[in-house]
Amino acid sequence: MLTIGQYSRPESLNEAYALCQKKNNVVLGGMLWLKMQHRSVGTAIDLSGLGLDKIEQSETAFRIGAMVSLRALETHAGLDALTQGAMAEAVKHIVGVQFRNCATVGGSLFGRFGFSDVLTLLIALDTRVTLHHAGEMPLADFAALPRATRDILTYVTIPKTPRRVVYLSQRNAATDFPVLTCALTGQDGQHTCVIGARPMPALALSDDEGRLAQGVTEQSARAFAEDVAARVPLGSNMRASENYRREICKVLVRRAAMALYQEG
Amino acid sequence: MEIKLTLNGKPVTASINADTLLIDFVRARGCWSVKRGCETANCGLCTVLLDGMPVLSCSVLAARAAGRHVQTLEGLQDEAADFVGFIADQGAEQCGFCNPGYVINTVALLRENPSPTDDEIRAYLAGNLCRCSGYEGQLRGIRAYLNSRKGRAHE
Amino acid sequence: MSESKLRVVGQPVRKKDAMQLLLGKPAYVDDLTPHDCLVVKVLRSPHAHALIDEISTDTALKVPGIECIFTYKDVPQKRFTLAGQTYPEPSPYDRLILDRRVRYMGDAVAIVAGESEKAVEKALKLIKVKYQLLEPVLDFHAAKDNPVLVHPEDNWRALCPVGADNQRNLCASGSCGDGDVDAVLADCDAVIDRVYHTKACQQAMMETFRTYTEMDTYGRLHVVSSTQIVFHARRIIANALDIPKSRVHVEKPRIGGGFGAKQTIVAEIYPAFVTWKTGKPAKMIYTREECQVAGSPRHEMEIRVRVGASRDGVIRAIDVYTLSNTGAFGEHGPTTVGLSGHKSIPLYTGNLEAFRFAYDVVYTNVQAAGAYRGYGATQGIFAVETAVSELAAQLRIDPVAIRERNMVREGQIMAAYYNEPASACALDRCMARCKELFGWAEKYPVRDMGGGKVRTAGVAMAMQGSGISGVDVGSATVKLSDEGFYNLMIGAADMGTGCDTILAQMAAECLDCDIGDIAVFGADSDASPYDSGSYASSTTYVTGKAVEKACAQLRENICAIAAGMLSCRPDELAFAGRTVRRLDGAGEVTLFDIATRSMCGNATAVQATASHSSPVSPPPFMVGMVEIELDRETGQVDIIDYVAVVDCGTPVNPALARAQAEGGIVQGIGMAMFENVTYEPTGRIVENSFMQYKIPTRLDMGRLRVEFEASYEQSGPFGAKSIGEIVINTPSPAIAGAVAHATGVWHRELPITPEKVLWGIKNRQK
Repeated sequence: MLTIGQYSRPESLNEAYALCQKKNNVVLGGMLWLKMQHRSVGTAIDLSGLGLDKIEQSETAFRIGAMVSLRALETHAGLDALTQGAMAEAVKHIVGVQFRNCATVGGSLFGRFGFSDVLTLLIALDTRVTLHHAGEMPLADFAALPRATRDILTYVTIPKTPRRVVYLSQRNAATDFPVLTCALTGQDGQHTCVIGARPMPALALSDDEGRLAQGVTEQSARAFAEDVAARVPLGSNMRASENYRREICKVLVRRAAMALYQEG
Repeated sequence: MEIKLTLNGKPVTASINADTLLIDFVRARGCWSVKRGCETANCGLCTVLLDGMPVLSCSVLAARAAGRHVQTLEGLQDEAADFVGFIADQGAEQCGFCNPGYVINTVALLRENPSPTDDEIRAYLAGNLCRCSGYEGQLRGIRAYLNSRKGRAHE
Repeated sequence: MSESKLRVVGQPVRKKDAMQLLLGKPAYVDDLTPHDCLVVKVLRSPHAHALIDEISTDTALKVPGIECIFTYKDVPQKRFTLAGQTYPEPSPYDRLILDRRVRYMGDAVAIVAGESEKAVEKALKLIKVKYQLLEPVLDFHAAKDNPVLVHPEDNWRALCPVGADNQRNLCASGSCGDGDVDAVLADCDAVIDRVYHTKACQQAMMETFRTYTEMDTYGRLHVVSSTQIVFHARRIIANALDIPKSRVHVEKPRIGGGFGAKQTIVAEIYPAFVTWKTGKPAKMIYTREECQVAGSPRHEMEIRVRVGASRDGVIRAIDVYTLSNTGAFGEHGPTTVGLSGHKSIPLYTGNLEAFRFAYDVVYTNVQAAGAYRGYGATQGIFAVETAVSELAAQLRIDPVAIRERNMVREGQIMAAYYNEPASACALDRCMARCKELFGWAEKYPVRDMGGGKVRTAGVAMAMQGSGISGVDVGSATVKLSDEGFYNLMIGAADMGTGCDTILAQMAAECLDCDIGDIAVFGADSDASPYDSGSYASSTTYVTGKAVEKACAQLRENICAIAAGMLSCRPDELAFAGRTVRRLDGAGEVTLFDIATRSMCGNATAVQATASHSSPVSPPPFMVGMVEIELDRETGQVDIIDYVAVVDCGTPVNPALARAQAEGGIVQGIGMAMFENVTYEPTGRIVENSFMQYKIPTRLDMGRLRVEFEASYEQSGPFGAKSIGEIVINTPSPAIAGAVAHATGVWHRELPITPEKVLWGIKNRQK
């Protein structure tokens, strides 16, 4: 079982950061993952008092506080419009509404979980994260950092770049962890595909060969899908084998490409 | 540590441990409707409303509920009584153990979306597992309630 | 009593406890029992097979708040079984509360009791155990006659002649048959010979195993448990503790689901032992993980089926061999296996010339299996029904047509079902109605939906029993009380199934009153009349008949009192529900006044108890049809539509019967599609939580439609048979058939996951 010695709700990020430097202290996200662990936490650091639960927007970006719930992402009209529904598609399979009301975007990203739908889509959206100490960096770079970082993720910034987005995932059961996730974006003829639940964390692969540059056709979509599936490192776990993932990868990427420029 | 919160409309001041979970906190205060069905946040049995929002009380520290409003089915009897009879007419309550979580999440759904489609009902309640009913009777019950409400509105 | 005159039976009345449950009122073990009691937990073995060389509890006992720790050195040395079955139990006596030999990962090593969960958890970590590791038997194919024995002990014993032999890792074995199966098969135009494999699926009831125990005022052990079997629990707990049965009192409050899991005494013995030893109240609540790894799941089975038929699809012979994996202990091992043949083969009694059914049930070093809805029939029906569909495909016959041609018909003697007659059988009507409702003609075999997706259909039939013939005992006590209401006392256990309500419906029918006039109580080993308990689809059929008998007896007693009040003989009276009238019209008395009189100067009991047992176990029958959409590029299978038509005799409460059917079908869908149990090479179960063991959500099941085709079973109450178990049996074979119709590939191992489906398609293309 999980035991916690102290509970702290810091009044500033500096205070939270200082607390977080001690090894068995931990920053709370939604606590869904933490609660399952058999460990003794010294101080649980709750960021709830720091106003990190808002989705704000400027001319150029959405700035999302780390404590914003996945459910809030799912139901946000602006994010829905920006992503053509991909945001809701990426999170709606995650267990249930109550779970998504608890789970936070900060917790989802900080864990850099292999199975993360959120990580997959947000990398595809060129999201940047702000760490209290290390400052702002691309999410893709953050995802590659070692997990042991004793820093605090404060904000997630999604640029309002006009781009086409499609999110697809394959699951063995409706609300199970994904067997594979796929987020495809298109912008000015440039295409990037992010594959997650490999089962390793999400990885971006761009269309360097320009297979989709001349437009998406059944043929170009297939070629791009084959290319991505050939390049992406995949593995096996209890949900699927590496080979199955590779087959699914071809299908999801091709279907995503075919759907990318379809309205509605 | 000491916390103050509102439980089913009543102010509560209590001394708790840092790792007291909300589910254990409310059960210790007689809210027996709140059930634990798993350790992995998958079953939805422990659903309560936190500031009106359905959450899994197995995964929320009681300390985090400080200063907030917590509602369990004990505090939502009238709102629930309005529609659960329609579930009873289907025999879909079955063993009953999942009912409080599912009923409270239905309350949340209907507050958020007063006339949901069948697919919207399924999606909103997807996190509420039930091993007895096969879900279909629960859906028929909610549908029957919504139809009756529509009927009442037209009268 | 003819069907048309029924007032209460046949009505979809609300379950008596429905509103209380829906409004979340306290009703279950942990709601109703004290919380300031000892918390009991079990230290579980990290090894699949080992001997405890040394175990030290000294440090653990020093944890503040720890009351006691017990090891194998502290427990009685008489073996027993945890299976909730009528004595003498067919399941071998192979258990101790704690044993020096641990037989699976999760087996109990020590019992710890303390005043808080935290203290107990801490103490568990501080118990030092030195294990002598032994080679485990993990492959159930290699278990029989393996040099490694799971139960080498001398005091192992089988009470019944079930073919058990602990020196061969055999929990049971046997065979039976009729006709010369080999000769008939040799003479057949087509023979299907296939092997099918089902897994150790979990009941996954929402309320985990849990038990509270205390010593009562009389110095007896009072057990409040979530159990389907209060009377068997009393015997088993007394056996385990080696104390007189008279010292144990078991009651059950509401049960948060059972499905057979709670037909085994999984949690009870641990807190019972703690309370007996310390005199203090104690409680054990299983975690979900414990339910998954130390519960009592379905028996994993591998079933070889040979079906022989003529060219035009007349099924002439069926040969079934089942290898069943009972795991580390033999609970329900010898009995579940029987259903895999006896409740699958008789479906094809129609033209059957010969059958054979043989089996071995083996011990292995994995979690012990138990009873789960369907109880072996589910596994056998998956195998036989899929084999018949494979036969149909080979002969290019519609799978519905081959069933119509060969199914059992009313009045036939079912040789493979202990020569019982199909006395009430509407299977033919179920098939006809299901075909029409489902639209089989339009949906079979395949429709291309574009985008790589196809829709196909599958079909399966099923049967079960209604109680255990010649064994199960159902009893009811009916009592007239103040103002003319009735108490109905039963020993059957309503675990959400609604038996409290349907038995009350029967009583209300017999006593010509409203269901609101019947107050139901159960189950309590001190206060209830004896009942085997709620399992084996017995309660409606067996206990229901006891209710009928008890009510008839009570009516006579009521008339006897009325006769005194009306100065006539009892046979000059008519019982009319709220009144008792003189047949000559010369007067009447109200039930109210009779009840009042019964409590003043009266020497006639206004209470009657009756028991019932049936020499037969009439099978319910059903047909299930499924429409799936299969993605040929990913292997994903979505259930679109599931239609079932069930013959449970008279549906006593159509709403509750329908809920049973729907719930069973969805469990069956889970078994068919994703409920998996796999083991690491060490014997550890991978699917140890709801995160990894996926049961269906409401997004996984498509649309369900259930109807009933009534038959009338003369030996049942109001013509009723059973409903509880049969409903889980059709999804696996129906879905396997639908997948095959879409892909040409027969999946003979469950669950049929998208990955398996895709590889099936790819391999076939090669």
